[in-house]
Amino acid sequence: MSQPFEVDAVVIGGGIVGASAALFLALSGKRVALLERDFFGSHSSGVNYGGVRRQGRPLSQLPLSRRAHEIWGDLRAFIGTDGEYVRSGHLKLARSDKDMAALVAYEQASRGFGMELQLLDHAQLRARFPWAGDVAVGASLCAEDGHANPRLVSPAFASAARRAGAQTFEQAHVSEVAHDGQSFLVRTASGLSFRAPWLLNCAGAWAAQLARQFGEPVPMRAGHPAMLVTEPLPMFMDVSTGVEGGGIYARQVARGNCVLGGGQGFPLDPATARPGQAAILEILRNAVELYPPLAGAQAIRTWSGTEGYLPDREPVLGASSTQPGLLHGFGFAGSGFQIGPAAGEALAQMVCAGASNIDLGAFSINRFQTHPPLQLQSHPPTPAIVVPSGTDNVTPLFRGRSNP
Amino acid sequence: MALLKRLAERDRAVLPFTLDGQPASGLQGDTLLTAVLTAKDSLRGSDFSGEPRAGFCLMGACQDCWVKLGDGRRVRACSTMLEADVFVSREPGRSV
Amino acid sequence: MNEAKNGILNEPFEVQAGPVASTVIVGAGPAGIRAAQTLLAHGLRPCLLDESLRGGGQVYRRQPEHFKRSAKALYGFEAGKAESVHATLDQLQHEIDYRPETLVWNAEARTLDTLRNGRAAQVPFKHLIVATGATDRILPVPGWTLPGVYSLGAAQIALKFQGCAIGERVVFAGSGPLLYLVAYQYAKAGATVAAVLDSSPFSAQARALPALLGQPSTLAKGLYYRAWLTAHGIPVHQGVHLHDIQGERRVSGVSWQQGNQRKNLACDAVAFAHALRSETQLADLLGCEFSWSALNRAWLPTRDAAGRSSVEGVYLAGDGAGIMGADAAEMAGELAALTLLGDIGYRIDRARSIELQRQLEAIQRFRQGLETAFPFPEDWAAKAPDRLTVCRCEEVSAGDIRQTVAEGHWEINRVKAMCRVGMGRCQGRMCGLAATEIVAHASGRDIASVGRLRGQAPIKPLPFGVEAEQ
Repeated sequence: MSQPFEVDAVVIGGGIVGASAALFLALSGKRVALLERDFFGSHSSGVNYGGVRRQGRPLSQLPLSRRAHEIWGDLRAFIGTDGEYVRSGHLKLARSDKDMAALVAYEQASRGFGMELQLLDHAQLRARFPWAGDVAVGASLCAEDGHANPRLVSPAFASAARRAGAQTFEQAHVSEVAHDGQSFLVRTASGLSFRAPWLLNCAGAWAAQLARQFGEPVPMRAGHPAMLVTEPLPMFMDVSTGVEGGGIYARQVARGNCVLGGGQGFPLDPATARPGQAAILEILRNAVELYPPLAGAQAIRTWSGTEGYLPDREPVLGASSTQPGLLHGFGFAGSGFQIGPAAGEALAQMVCAGASNIDLGAFSINRFQTHPPLQLQSHPPTPAIVVPSGTDNVTPLFRGRSNP
Repeated sequence: MALLKRLAERDRAVLPFTLDGQPASGLQGDTLLTAVLTAKDSLRGSDFSGEPRAGFCLMGACQDCWVKLGDGRRVRACSTMLEADVFVSREPGRSV
Repeated sequence: MNEAKNGILNEPFEVQAGPVASTVIVGAGPAGIRAAQTLLAHGLRPCLLDESLRGGGQVYRRQPEHFKRSAKALYGFEAGKAESVHATLDQLQHEIDYRPETLVWNAEARTLDTLRNGRAAQVPFKHLIVATGATDRILPVPGWTLPGVYSLGAAQIALKFQGCAIGERVVFAGSGPLLYLVAYQYAKAGATVAAVLDSSPFSAQARALPALLGQPSTLAKGLYYRAWLTAHGIPVHQGVHLHDIQGERRVSGVSWQQGNQRKNLACDAVAFAHALRSETQLADLLGCEFSWSALNRAWLPTRDAAGRSSVEGVYLAGDGAGIMGADAAEMAGELAALTLLGDIGYRIDRARSIELQRQLEAIQRFRQGLETAFPFPEDWAAKAPDRLTVCRCEEVSAGDIRQTVAEGHWEINRVKAMCRVGMGRCQGRMCGLAATEIVAHASGRDIASVGRLRGQAPIKPLPFGVEAEQ
């Protein structure tokens, strides 16, 4: 085997989090290698709904989400394309007074994060968004949220990282990770090897395996959003929409197609998933009452992906508690697209400056620890463990609400 | 002007229908595609440049012959039989 | 087929129960009908799902009920076979669970999802014969989206199913056996055939002669159509590269290249295709393994000589798993049914099964000869101009695809994700193979290594507001 590439950091996982981390590391002058098993942004980062939304996130995520909002605002400068990103507004619909009360409470609790939420009663909703179905009694609008094309945006982060000097590898399945007490040694099934003092675990739904290897098991489960797209339709809706309490979510792109999601699919194998007929039929039956202009339209394609969920639906983002030099960034619970670039930036800051600008305490992997962390000073070398291609820790999530 | 030319089976009952709001007629056993294209030369406008289209495969595969019916349903003209008094409208497509 | 030969019914391992047959056939063309007949002859009552109104598949598609033309007028030399297939379906349809006008749009966990008259239903199966047939294989040419341009199969359907020609002066182009057949049928029906433009050179057909002699009657028919056209003064040009189709809002002419010469011809309709391609989406959704077929120049679901797919209980028959034609489809349908019956414990006529396999092998050799006679124009991708619209749904050009390849993409699903080729209503049925050719050529990769478009539900568009059946 040839000599390993000597780099400052190896990033495992070429989704939007890993690719952003690689981009920000390269922009800071670090030597970084970005390794992706399949194609960049081809899993949940590339096949998600495409919502670029702060509204509705837990308050714990809003500082990071606010920073992400700035990055999105400057997207073309960062990645060289707008990826069909539009600040169309995100409209969260309420189907009952109880749901409307939840939107009111969220508006109050989230003040101070710059979202400027506007609460709309039934009449105001009707006046501003006449297409909305009568089942909606009110809504909350975040005018500066929006949507983008994930198929284009996520791979573009990896391309931008490459242009900034990162070494990027697709079809590079990591087969072995070891730490010799000084640095990580990472090998791929394709015969590449890398040595680096920093290792970033951004492997999405497959990240728990690496965490477990370093003594940090996490109870990650896989989710599979059911997604579909319609044929091109006359434009009727510019905002991205969701429903309080879950259910269907929808947006219409400039070409006229409506992208809808709702419900859960199922895995075909560890790497691929299908939306499932039950979820598809559910969307086709129920979407029209929320979006009446869809009557008579045809769905032309469906898909799903594989997303990592932790029980509290918060990501793991930050340093390993067992292995110096190891950083985690995964488990975004189907909501990583908007926040991903800021998560990647925070990881890059930890490499470059020892800490991120934004407090990541809420996302520590420690929250899953059942025993005290090992003494970092006397940490023994971690023996090489071959990572199997299967992912036995990824188990299907029960069918339930999705998180648009 | 017509696109298709009838060569055989011309001795069939005439079925009146409405095309884009105007009276039209076809023959019993016509598909919507035949009924429209024996009088006109397109079925729809393309989705992203508004160019005229008139179907292509005639076997329900190419999806380029969708038309709209009076009840709001949209159907493939090549695989939907003409019925008397149906309302058919052709969608113009648009330029994006 | 001789029903008496099919053996005595034995007790099956599995008892048929419930309102829905657990043995299902998708597609009521020659393969599906023969499969249904064979199952019924052994006492198994299958559910036969078919998208069309009256069955017969595309090749033996029936005209609407009150049309009067004879089978001879519609199907020519194949009239006897067509009538036999139709008669079989007419006999069977009340004894089996026959569901015409039923789209199978998804497969999941040994259940098929169907759509009939706006209503969704589920059809569970234990054993399934997939006989989904084929559509024209299209290599787009500038102007192919103009009204008046149709596939060869479409031109034939217009005539056979509707008694119409696709125009007043029709040019037929492309290659494959259908080219001469449809031109002949048009001329016989009284249409003006302006020219036949065959992309394969005459020398190729001479080279193919030894293999074609294996099926002398088929060869004779082919030569007959060709000779008839020439005898009736219809110009036939070989070794032709169709350059473009002209017209503003509809076809006004074609131009082609023959050797160093560019030629033009006025016409108001063009029918073209380069043979057929298999409809494989359902096999894909069922999880069948695919392999590269150099002969078909396509990824196809693998089947063993007896018709088994890689998925237990799923069998493949007819052109949906590789193009072999209508005669082979009838045999393959019967063979797949016999194999299925044997696999679940019915006593079958093994000799008949072996004989069918032998006959299919002979047709396969003939098929090699056809491929030599009508070779795939491997220079098509190199010649396709950047302005050519490859994907007619999403309006993606050859130049758009090449740009995506230049950005480093080479896998066909990835190229689709980036530039939308194959992403529209037809899910790449019309453009997928052509896009693959362009990606392979532009990336310098072998055509097989570019991959195949993944099947995604729904197999065809599915309406909002769909209600559950029952």
